Order: sequence, then structure tokens, then C-alpha cells
Amino acid sequence: MSAAILLLIGLVMMSLGYLVYSRFIAKHIYRLDPDFRTPAHEFEDGIDFVPTNRFVLWGHHFTSVAGAAPIVGPAIAVIWGWLPAFLWVVMGTIFFAGVHDMGAIWASVRNKAKSVGSLTGDVVGKRARSIFMIVIFLVLLMVNAVFAVVIAKLMMNFPTAVLPVWGAIVVALIVGQLIYRRIISLPVVSVIGVVALYALIWAGPSVPIQMPAEVAGMSGNAVWILLLFLYAGIASVLPVWMLLQPRDYINGLQLFVGLLILYGAIALLNPVLVAPMINNDVPAGTPSLLPLLFVTIACGAISGFHGLVASGTTSKQLNKETDARFVGYFGAIGEGCLSLAAILVACAGFASLTDWKAMYSAFGQGGVTAFVQGGAYVIHNGLGLPEVTAATLLTVMAALFAGTTMDTGLRLQRYIFQEWGEIYNQQWMKKPLPATLLAIGSCLLLAFGAGGADGSGGMIIWPLFGTTNQLLAGLTLLVITVMLVHMRRPMWYTLLPLCFLLIMTVLALVLQLKTFFEQENYFLLGLDIVVLVAAILVALECAAALKRHRALAAAEQSDAS
Amino acid sequence: MPAERGDNWRAWLSQARFFLEESYSARYRGAIARSRRDHDDLFMLLVFSEMMGVPNPASYYTLELQPLLLERFHDWHRRMGMEHSPLDHFRCC
Repeated sequence: MSAAILLLIGLVMMSLGYLVYSRFIAKHIYRLDPDFRTPAHEFEDGIDFVPTNRFVLWGHHFTSVAGAAPIVGPAIAVIWGWLPAFLWVVMGTIFFAGVHDMGAIWASVRNKAKSVGSLTGDVVGKRARSIFMIVIFLVLLMVNAVFAVVIAKLMMNFPTAVLPVWGAIVVALIVGQLIYRRIISLPVVSVIGVVALYALIWAGPSVPIQMPAEVAGMSGNAVWILLLFLYAGIASVLPVWMLLQPRDYINGLQLFVGLLILYGAIALLNPVLVAPMINNDVPAGTPSLLPLLFVTIACGAISGFHGLVASGTTSKQLNKETDARFVGYFGAIGEGCLSLAAILVACAGFASLTDWKAMYSAFGQGGVTAFVQGGAYVIHNGLGLPEVTAATLLTVMAALFAGTTMDTGLRLQRYIFQEWGEIYNQQWMKKPLPATLLAIGSCLLLAFGAGGADGSGGMIIWPLFGTTNQLLAGLTLLVITVMLVHMRRPMWYTLLPLCFLLIMTVLALVLQLKTFFEQENYFLLGLDIVVLVAAILVALECAAALKRHRALAAAEQSDAS
Repeated sequence: MPAERGDNWRAWLSQARFFLEESYSARYRGAIARSRRDHDDLFMLLVFSEMMGVPNPASYYTLELQPLLLERFHDWHRRMGMEHSPLDHFRCC
């Protein structure tokens, strides 16, 4: 199968999804109203509530939700063959993610731009909100621990990327100063920043930095993980203008350039997918496709993290309600396109099936490494860029995504600790430094507790990240569905994805429970039980809330007649 | 129509600049505005307590303000006709 044709099919299907399905959902289900006064206008304060141009808001939304997950998940899931991953990414984006993201913005906009967490409290109930807080904490914990492992692994495997990855932080610090002190105008700084970043990528292969196999009794991998947490800790307490803002901005520009390069290379080279369409010869220990495919690919198809961004900041800046379709649905399409590129290069970027099988020798192998190696092969042959430079480019792209999500994630986790300090009246916990240390400590506990001295506990819990994240998406869909029932509108378009997600999540959790028990891995067993209990509670809350609101809607209808 | 073409080009450039500036600031607008407000609050506390002779609870934190104040302080003593900082313990140039 030709990768360029598959790319074309994927893009056409997603375009149709945007042009036809999203229009239908926006018009008939959410009934987006151009005259509705959005919270950005109603509460305009120049701080949080600011009506924003929809193209700008789309960029903000897309770069906020795009982390390393749309690359890692699909690049692991192609172990079952390219077809299941392709179908889930394309169909999941069209029927699940787009509807979920647009719905999260709509639900929030219709409720004074409240976050989906507090909306759950209002619409579903207090119990559901408590589950929500725990699920959000777990998702952030896993994101931070997983991404630290992903970046550390990348730096161990691709020493040429170490200079550009850490150099990007220096570039961001300088860009931040240049903009903040108004030394040079933004367009010029943007060009300088991007050129500096690509110069580092170009220089990376000449200055490879290899961490020694052992430093002070610790493996090189573990040292990178500790350094990354040290960086994320510092970044999360620094003022945002100093590092996070310029870093995210340069990273966003780089994302668009990277995607263009990848798509251009695939179109020009038109490589053949060497991976099997459906892989019947999976390595020993690989779990079954159903249900694990649907939790391994989280971002890229549907992801609960998107709901947090959609209702957290995006809804406060929506200029017109009808923009929710472009920002939310098309934001999901952007993420789907990134995943599609990851699938194509992880399946077509190898010379033969034997090479591909050597990469995917066990479940959890491949991942970002397959994306980088496969992508480098495609870019090298398609655009003529030296393979080592192309590999550095893709490694930097993946590591920067993971890094920016990690430092934001740690900041958010710190807020949760501070909030708990507020709730339980613990003065010391309300302060930024102890809260940050608690956030880092919990991540390190997971990384080294579950992964041993290597610190790779994050990777072991990757399938659990998928289930927890899907649970978060389920909660958001529940809020939207309950609102639709209350408004007496068709609810199947959100209820069916919700049921599908819950069934797959619970199935995956039960299967993993058995595996962890057999492996005597009691740490993951405990974590699995927590998520499973949360999933069952969500299912019960779903049933109760829907029943209650249907009865309420019926009573209101009979009163009216 | 070279003049009209030039105007179009300038309009396009200013639009591109607007997009860049908005995409830079949109995501962190709130956080930065809040941080600026916190600085103002601290400054208010500082000035108020100095004026009223109240023991200043903020002096511990004023070190954080030094990078912000340094440039303004320098401009101030130059405007006042002093070549160098008049304070022995606060030499800015």
C-alpha cells in the first residue's frame, strides 16, 4: 500500500468529517448560535476573558493539546498492523474527538465558561466532581512521568538531539527577554528564534552528547529523568513570560514547519507501507487489539486532556459561539493529522518487513524511536536531507512537545496540591515551592517506584495513562450528554461514543488487572484498581444522571402541555 | 497601481504581525496580567507602609523587584541631574 495514497484517503476523510459531519453536529445537535453572547464578551476583563480571533484561538488550542501523545500512542499501536491504527485515528477524530472537543467548548460557553470539572459538579453531581479531581491528578501524574521517560529514552538513543533539545531552552529564554524588553519586534524575533532552533538541529549531529552508562551509581537514563524533573520544576515556578511562553511559541511555529516537512516528504517519496495491514504475527506478550488499541491511541483520536484545555482557557476567549466548530473540531483534526503522519512514517519508514519487525520486537517497543527512525528514512529519501539531521529534527520535535507538556503539566499538578492545601487548610501546602516539590516527588515516586533504579516507571504505566485519559474524556462526554438530554435534543451522537469509551476502558482495565496480578506487580495493581473503581463510578453516575434528567425533561414537557 | 499594491502589501504585513502577536500572547495573557497585578499589589503595600511608617512586611520580597526597579531607578537619578546613584548601598551604574 502506498503511503501517499493512504495519506490522501485520511486527509479526504477528515476534510469530509469537518465539512459535513461537524456542520451537522454544530447546526442540529449543539445548535451553535452566532448571536449568543459568549462569556468572552459578557465577562471581558482583558485577563482571562478576551474575545479572540478564531484563527489565533485555533492555534492556541491546537498547540496546547498537541503533546507527545499523538506521536507515541499511534507509533506503538501500529504493532497490530497499520489498518486498525489508521481507522481508529481517522474515525476516532471524526466521530469522537471532534464532537468531544467542540462539545466541551460549547458546554463551557453555555455555562459561563466554567471548567469541565466544576461543570461536572453542577450538571452531574458532587460525587462525580470528586472522581474528576482524582482522575485529573492521575492523568497529570502519568503525563509527567511518561514524558520524562520518553525524552530520556530519546536522548539516550539519539545523542545528536541533546544539544538542540537543551539549546531550545536557552533560545526560548533569550527570545523571552527580547520580546519582553521590546528590544526587537515580534516578527523579527520569531524568525530569529526559528532559525536559531534549526541551526541547533543542524549543529546537533556534529556535537553528539552521550550520557555515560553510569553516573554516581545511576544509569544514564535515570540521570536524564532526574535532570528533566529538575528543569520542569524550575520552569514551573519561573514567571511564564520568561520561559514557558516563548518556548511554547517557538515550539508552535516548529510544529507547523515539522508537519509540512513530513507531509511533503511522504508526498514526494511515496513510500510503501512495509508493515502488515493487520499483523497476525504479533510478538509474545502483546495484549489483544480489542480493547487495548482504543486506549493506546488516546490523543490523535479522542483524549480527555483536550476537554481540560477546551473548557479551561479556550472557552473564555471564544469570540462567537459558531467559532467552536472551527476551533474545537478543526483542532481535533490537526491532532489527527499529526497522528496520521506518525502512523505513516512508523509503517513506511523501514526498508523491509524484517527491519520493521526488528523494531517492533515486543509490545511497547517502537513508539517514538520508530517515529524518529522511520521519519528520518522518509525525509532523507523524499527531501534529500541527511538522515542524521532528519532524525535529529524529529527527535527535537517529539522531545519539545513532550517537554512543553511536561512543564505545563507540573505547573497544573502544583495547582492541584495548592488547591488541596486550601481545602484541607494546610498553610505550607498552599505555597508554590512545597507544592512543586510534592508534584515532583509524586512523579519521581511513580517513575522510580514502578520502574526501579532505571526510572522508567512512566513507560510501564503507559496503558494506564490511556485508560485514565479516556475516562476523563468519558466524563466530559457525560456532561455534554446530560446537557443535551436536559435540552431535549438528540443525545445519541455523544452517548454512543461515551458508552464505547467506557466499555473499552473497563475491559482494558480488567485485562490489565489480571496481568498485573499474575506479574505480582502490586503497585500497578493498586493504581489499576483506583482507575477501575473511578470508571465504574463514572458509569453509575452516567446512568443515574441520565435517568434523572430524562425524568426532569419529561416532567417539564408535561407541565408545558 | 504600484501605490495600491504597496498599501495592500503593508496591510497584509500588519495583519501577519497581528496574528503573530496574538498567537504569542493569547495563551498566557491571563497569567501575565495576574503576575503584573501581583507586582502592583506588592508595590502598593510597599509604598503605603513606607508612607505610614508601618513596619514593612514586604521588604523581604523587595529583592524580587530589584531587576524591575533598577532601570527605572537609573532613569530617575539621571533625570534628577545625578550622574551616579546617590545611594551608597544601591549602586546601579
